[in-house]
Amino acid sequence: MKNHHLKKKDPNLLLQSAPLLRQELTTPAAMKDVWIALLPATAASLWFFGLSALLIILTSIAGAILTEWVFTDKEKRRFAISDTSAGLTGLLIALTLPPGLPLWMVFLGGCVSIGLGKVVWGGLGSNIFNPALLGRAFLLGTFPIAMTTWGAAGGPGEFFQIHSSNLALPFMQAQVDSMGAATPLGLMKFEQQGTALWSLFTGNTAGSIGETSALFLLLGGIYLLLRRGIDWRIPVAIFSTAALFSLIMFLTDGDKYPSPLFTLFSGGLLLGAFFMATDPVTSPLTPKGCWIFGIGIGFLVVLIRLFGGLPEGMLYAILLMNAATPLIDRYTQPRIFGRQG
Amino acid sequence: MNTTNTKVQNQEPSSRRLVMSMAIAGFISGVIIIAIYVLTFDTIKENKARELREAVFKVLPDLSHMQKLHFQDNKLVIVKSDGMDDEMIFSGYDKDDNFVGYAIQGKAPGFQDTVHILFGYLVSNSTITGMQVLDSRETPGLGDKIFKDMDFVNEFVNLPMTKNIKAVKKGTKTHDNEIDAITGATISSKVVVKIINQSFNKWSTRLPQQGNEPALELQETKVNQQ
Amino acid sequence: MATDVSAYEEMIKGLWRDNPVFVQVLGMCPMLAVTNSAINAVVMGLATFFVLVGSSFLVSSFKTFIPKQVRISLYIIIIATFVTVVDYSLLAILPAIHKELGAFIPLIVANCMILGRQEAFASKHNVKYAVMDAVGMSGGFLIAMLALGSVREILGVGALFGVDLFGSNFEPWVIMILPPGGFLTLGLLLLFFNWFTERRRQFLIKVADADRVLAVEKVDAQGVKDNG
Repeated sequence: MKNHHLKKKDPNLLLQSAPLLRQELTTPAAMKDVWIALLPATAASLWFFGLSALLIILTSIAGAILTEWVFTDKEKRRFAISDTSAGLTGLLIALTLPPGLPLWMVFLGGCVSIGLGKVVWGGLGSNIFNPALLGRAFLLGTFPIAMTTWGAAGGPGEFFQIHSSNLALPFMQAQVDSMGAATPLGLMKFEQQGTALWSLFTGNTAGSIGETSALFLLLGGIYLLLRRGIDWRIPVAIFSTAALFSLIMFLTDGDKYPSPLFTLFSGGLLLGAFFMATDPVTSPLTPKGCWIFGIGIGFLVVLIRLFGGLPEGMLYAILLMNAATPLIDRYTQPRIFGRQG
Repeated sequence: MNTTNTKVQNQEPSSRRLVMSMAIAGFISGVIIIAIYVLTFDTIKENKARELREAVFKVLPDLSHMQKLHFQDNKLVIVKSDGMDDEMIFSGYDKDDNFVGYAIQGKAPGFQDTVHILFGYLVSNSTITGMQVLDSRETPGLGDKIFKDMDFVNEFVNLPMTKNIKAVKKGTKTHDNEIDAITGATISSKVVVKIINQSFNKWSTRLPQQGNEPALELQETKVNQQ
Repeated sequence: MATDVSAYEEMIKGLWRDNPVFVQVLGMCPMLAVTNSAINAVVMGLATFFVLVGSSFLVSSFKTFIPKQVRISLYIIIIATFVTVVDYSLLAILPAIHKELGAFIPLIVANCMILGRQEAFASKHNVKYAVMDAVGMSGGFLIAMLALGSVREILGVGALFGVDLFGSNFEPWVIMILPPGGFLTLGLLLLFFNWFTERRRQFLIKVADADRVLAVEKVDAQGVKDNG
């Protein structure tokens, strides 16, 4: 096997970045593909959550870009904003937020994800953790109740119905406008209640604005894979590990644990696997490292979902593996040719 | 060579001096610590006793006196010790020295550390008359609502204890023995309910027959409400 | 010897230039652990103040009697005695706050800032300077504790010293009173402190430059006059 590998001309070998020191990303072009890939999911969020989703997305992007602008040197400002990475972080964090979240919290999340997730580390390419997920983790720790109050998904007919909690004054609590809906994962964990796979697939469930629609996330993910914008090993490793682990659990007790398909299509697993875990800055550089990284996320997410206190585990699964990335990189450096390992 | 050696020896104090200096410092320090311990001992003891007394008077209505009971050799014995252990409960009496009810304590691991609570129990009509958290390290702002959220605390006033109580999601209370849990602090709310069930089941068989309650012997008078 | 430096300066340096928290980054354990409300932070700061000033005074007074070989043990005995005094006094006078501060009062013994001042300053200077230094250092520590405690209480509870600031509708930032909030706030305060110090340094350089230019111009003008 080893010898074959050297003889065979594997096209994938050419696609890996060199196992050298990390370099700062300089290509706004790479960002463009991600923007395009996120379009279907963004459109789906507008379809299901209406004007509320639009307001959240715009506020979050504004917070992210403003923070980037304030903390960047005057000479570098134009370049820093025009590479659109700050705006992209803003969009990504918006997609992970519940539709009824007060806009001032959304803005704060945008500021924190860029400020604490990126700027303090030294800017793009130097951060350890995915900035969007760091921002979401901050919001979840800071406003645990607001961040777990979900509104039910509507349709285009309710496009102009804004959640009144969106418009809470800065630093003030949101007025609870209607009975909150539970997410499929919450229903599963606390009420042992399943959700129809078709609803999960189209996205007509309660949840964060950009995570509900499996179909549109898959569309964007496949586009990115075709464009080779992301390493295919990471999502594949996450999906197969999560499916395998939950299949084992499902077979031991089908009443208590959800099916593998439910695991894959519910919560933020697809959004995280395609758009967060594959962030080139915070994922490993080597192919072997990518497998380890993906398997780790897939394992942790099911572990947290089934045995942890929280219904959803994608956020912490990715952040934990982000923290392990430097270590993975160190132990998966390819052996230098001709030397003993 | 020789000269440097003697120089070093001259600078080095004898071990006797080192030991002596340590011993003297240790002795002085010990004296000071004993002094401060003796000086503050009574106040600290009084503080602790008052805290407990206040809690007992809060969970049982119309109390004037209380005494500590210890469960040993299968019966309740009146004690006057300062310590407190898991086998101890409190009996409360009104101003005419008539028995009112028991204050029962219990603990269980909460979200972060052990939660220690005290609740009042009326034997005559099997109701819980109030609940106080004696000690907890629950998350500030969330879990600490088990003693800061008065809506939650008041649910334990006049709560019939005919069967085990149960914590349910806020707003879904339908039965008498259900408690509305605190939003965002479900685990801490459930711990309180669990402790009450546990301690109640432990003590209900141990308490003497109605009418055989221990009479007031050692009285600790009512706290001055200032 | 610090005979050429006034005692006043020994005190002031601890408050700002050599602030034990913002510059030396010492005493982080109580700094992060008990600053979840302003009152806890202040009581902890005052306890540390008492311990540091007391031990600096004793160490400096007895510095000629303390053998070099066992000095650290002796410092610890002195510090531990003061800490025990504080511990029991708080338990008697303010039981509620003692309950909140919990294990962190006995842990003042392990606060490296206190032992550090004995080793680095009190054991080498006379009593007056040692006490002034201790007052400055623990004052600086108190200021830092108060800053951290206030920020965390205002955002985390919406109150300061227990007084409600924003009304009942305030949405508390739960994370601020949890351990991560301590790290976040401390990091942000350090950031601000360093940014401010740097700005001040740049400003002073500019002023010095302007002065020099002025002086040179003056000399030139003088020269022209003289020549004329």
